[in-house]
Amino acid sequence: MLILNCPYCGRDVDETDLHAGGEAHLKRFGPGSSDDEFEHYLFMRENPKGVHFERWRHVYGCGKWFLAARNTATLQVYGTYSAQTTEPPQHILDAIKEAQA
Amino acid sequence: MSERVSALRNRETGGSVQVRDAGLRGMITLRGDLSNGKLASVVKSVTGLKLPACNGVVQDGDTGIAWMSPDELLVMVAYDDVPEALDKIAKALSGQHHLAVNVSDARSVMLLQGSFVREVVAKLAPVDLHPDVWQPGQIIRSRLGQVAAAFWLVDEATVQVICFRSVADYAFDLLAASAKAGPVGHFARGT
Ligand SMILES: [Zn+2]
Repeated sequence: MLILNCPYCGRDVDETDLHAGGEAHLKRFGPGSSDDEFEHYLFMRENPKGVHFERWRHVYGCGKWFLAARNTATLQVYGTYSAQTTEPPQHILDAIKEAQA
Repeated sequence: MSERVSALRNRETGGSVQVRDAGLRGMITLRGDLSNGKLASVVKSVTGLKLPACNGVVQDGDTGIAWMSPDELLVMVAYDDVPEALDKIAKALSGQHHLAVNVSDARSVMLLQGSFVREVVAKLAPVDLHPDVWQPGQIIRSRLGQVAAAFWLVDEATVQVICFRSVADYAFDLLAASAKAGPVGHFARGT
């Protein structure tokens, strides 16, 4: 059972009220990009055993997309943060570092 | 003119927690920048109420405002007052990015009343409804069984529930069954 705090409405939300959106921080390659770039953007994922940055949507609640950092092996959640972010913010990186120390 | 009826057609149950159809209610989905003063003032002129804070509901009888998301409100007025309210909103926010839609006939509103309303809902929704977390005036959007619903405590013995019209019977039957099954006694207080 996974519970994530939605940074938009502030509620602790059960996994069944959320929709998983896959890996976060992907850079989009669209028209004009090479076949390799487009393939990578569309299909290639990190799928790590360990720290993972993900997109989630609070679909049954406020409806907003947000990002989460969690561990795919231990299910530990390091934190959630705004979807208007191109890379993990410092406080999330600090939380991961602290958990691994 | 066609007859306007609520989805539940005044259904109600007896028992120590009563579930009943709240009847026709005017509801407007309003999306836009909630920090925009013009939005706040037109909503106030329509409802007579101030905008609720995040996750809040303000209500005066059947009139009210529910916070649905950082850029969405549910504005509740009398059923027949919706066209006029939409007019006012359109005028006040003309030229500004917003959306106002009459959803009165696309939703169903139910009232739960009785001693253990908190538990009637808690048995059906995957959210923490402990009195420390969920208090009167706070709206929660989640699920009841398999369907999306929004609900808030009016007071410790009254809950209002809003769901999509198409699933009104399912939600009503679910709530009625939960009420009929009786209290669980899970919450230390406020059950
Ligand atoms: Zn949310």
